[in-house]
Amino acid sequence: MGYVAIKGGESAIEGAESVLEFLRSQHADQESPLSASQVQHQMHYLHSQVISEGALYDPELAALAIKQSLGDPLEAAFLLRAHRSTRPRVMETEPHDTSGLRLIRRISAAFKDVPGGQSLGPTPDYTHRLFRFELLEEDDQAFKEQLNQWLSLVAELDVESAPSSVPKVIDFLRQQGLLAAPENSGGQRPPFDITRQPLVFPLPRSARLAMMARSHAGSILAMAYSSMRGYGDVHPTVAELRVGYLPVRVPHPITGEPTEVGEVLMTECEVVTMFQAQKDGPPVFGLGYGACFGHNEAKAISMAILDRAMQNGEENGISHPSEDPEFVLMHIDGVESMGFCVHYKMPHYVTFQSDLDRLRAAQNVQHE
Amino acid sequence: MSEAQEQHVDRPGSEAPASAKSLGAVEDNGPLPRPGSEPSQTSADPTSQRSRRRREHEFALLDPVAKREIRRASLKAVCIPGYQVPFASRELPIARGFGTGGLQLTLSLIGPTDTLKVIDQGADASVNACSLRKLVRKVCPGVKTSEITSDATLIQTRHRIPEEPLTDRQVLVFQVPYPCPLVLVESNEQRRVQMHGESDYSKIFVKLYEDLARFQEITLSHRYPTAIHRHYVIDPSPIPRFDVPKLDHARCLHLFGAGREKKIYAVPPFTDAKPLEFDDIRFRVESFDVAGQRQACQRCGSAESYLNELIRPDGSRVWVCSDTAFCQRSRT
Repeated sequence: MGYVAIKGGESAIEGAESVLEFLRSQHADQESPLSASQVQHQMHYLHSQVISEGALYDPELAALAIKQSLGDPLEAAFLLRAHRSTRPRVMETEPHDTSGLRLIRRISAAFKDVPGGQSLGPTPDYTHRLFRFELLEEDDQAFKEQLNQWLSLVAELDVESAPSSVPKVIDFLRQQGLLAAPENSGGQRPPFDITRQPLVFPLPRSARLAMMARSHAGSILAMAYSSMRGYGDVHPTVAELRVGYLPVRVPHPITGEPTEVGEVLMTECEVVTMFQAQKDGPPVFGLGYGACFGHNEAKAISMAILDRAMQNGEENGISHPSEDPEFVLMHIDGVESMGFCVHYKMPHYVTFQSDLDRLRAAQNVQHE
Repeated sequence: MSEAQEQHVDRPGSEAPASAKSLGAVEDNGPLPRPGSEPSQTSADPTSQRSRRRREHEFALLDPVAKREIRRASLKAVCIPGYQVPFASRELPIARGFGTGGLQLTLSLIGPTDTLKVIDQGADASVNACSLRKLVRKVCPGVKTSEITSDATLIQTRHRIPEEPLTDRQVLVFQVPYPCPLVLVESNEQRRVQMHGESDYSKIFVKLYEDLARFQEITLSHRYPTAIHRHYVIDPSPIPRFDVPKLDHARCLHLFGAGREKKIYAVPPFTDAKPLEFDDIRFRVESFDVAGQRQACQRCGSAESYLNELIRPDGSRVWVCSDTAFCQRSRT
């Protein structure tokens, strides 16, 4: 016959899998394999993106995901999510106060001088984006030299006098009466768990924040950017952006006392926005909040802007896409949008046959 | 199979065998597995403990709470025919758009005594059907798979209903990209939910009427809106119109799972399923007539089945059954 459209699907898949493995290993005669720890440490931002979108704080598995997916961040995040579905939820942590963040970076665009000071930390923000061609030739010795230079620099610093925790900028704004008290910002206990509860709109703010926290970096940036460019009315100022390690505490199984079980690298951002009328009292700034696993600054800022935009939509009616929770939240998840996009590569013979039938019928009517 | 058993913890007896009948008897899966409760945890080497723990998961992959939630949503869907029950759809090892809704239903229903058939576009050998079947075999030790429609207790399908009528011992699970028929005419979900509640489908009828006014034909080809039990209109998933009448008063249970859109709905057995139509313009299925002649499958000769049109190198057309198991059976 020879006219069966798809045959031997199983062996075709096996072939595709082995050629993908070949793609990864094709230069094995000249290269050594990437280790998961190399990925975790030297692909810092990629690793951060994946751990944030994968919504599972497991640095080793996130690194494995990147290696296994040949560096595709969407596929890597997807591996983490798929693994997450096999795990039961063990418990819920209490809200954590992020003033205890062990900071590696902290800036405020609102005040030149904030209590605790500004600290640029690791960032390419003010570095000229010119190629460092010497990295092409970097060998083990040059690599070690980088570390030694830094260590000798640090040895001269007075690390002991650095504050272990610094006050938050928005606390200062609240003291000044420039921001509403936190009770007004829609906290909910227990928080909405988007992995265990159906998403039925309207969603509480905790669900919106959770969806944004694991959203795709590019998608959430595009939505927030539409608001920044003019399809929105947020006009944000970054009150504070923090990157650091947050100690995670859970109740001790016997005593119930909060006990530290580890720490997570996270990025947190608060934006203040142009002021708004309050029902009872003078006008105050609006506040938007963003936080996610890993070191993802554009994402945290985007999240904070959209948090504010959606609150504006709730309070004053929706006038831009970025203020519509359904529009924003249903289109920012990378795992979902990527999956549906690539599904169009699958066969659609049956539905296309049905399309052909309709088009021909309509054409025949016109011919008559 | 031996590889699968090595890699995954088989928990016999912890799962209710699922078939059409077990839907009515959803059982508890027992307590959540506690870290440290498995024998492998006693190993002294922490690295091997960690990596070994990671390889283990429940029968049918999903954690027990997820499976229980999906079964509850399925029960609710059966109780309210055609109503889209929201659920907290989980991520799976396959991508969104490739049948994660259907697969979650399958994984929540399947038990070690089940026989599973997976088809895509009617074909068992289609790549995605192979991939899904392989995954289920891997994570559900003991489950049998079959390509023979009548052998299966559970059938997961994309875009087709098998030609062979299903029985009251079978469950048909559909993969659904768009669960809501109203999305054609209303993009906001909150408004759509209200329209469903009020059984307000006037906008769809207007769309059908506008089609007739502009093209003298209804342009909806597949995913044809179908009224279930005289209230909710469903999107029956992208099955061709040819398959829609099979939903009406079928003996089997039809379950629809939309993973990305996070909805489950059902057309229970012996339930009205009527495609939307006008009194003077009736619903019509795809035609395989060429010059007044109903084409037949080139392989089995059937002139009753849904056909795929194939183009020969010389530009001429031939037709073959889309349902490969039906075609195979007709030939032997």
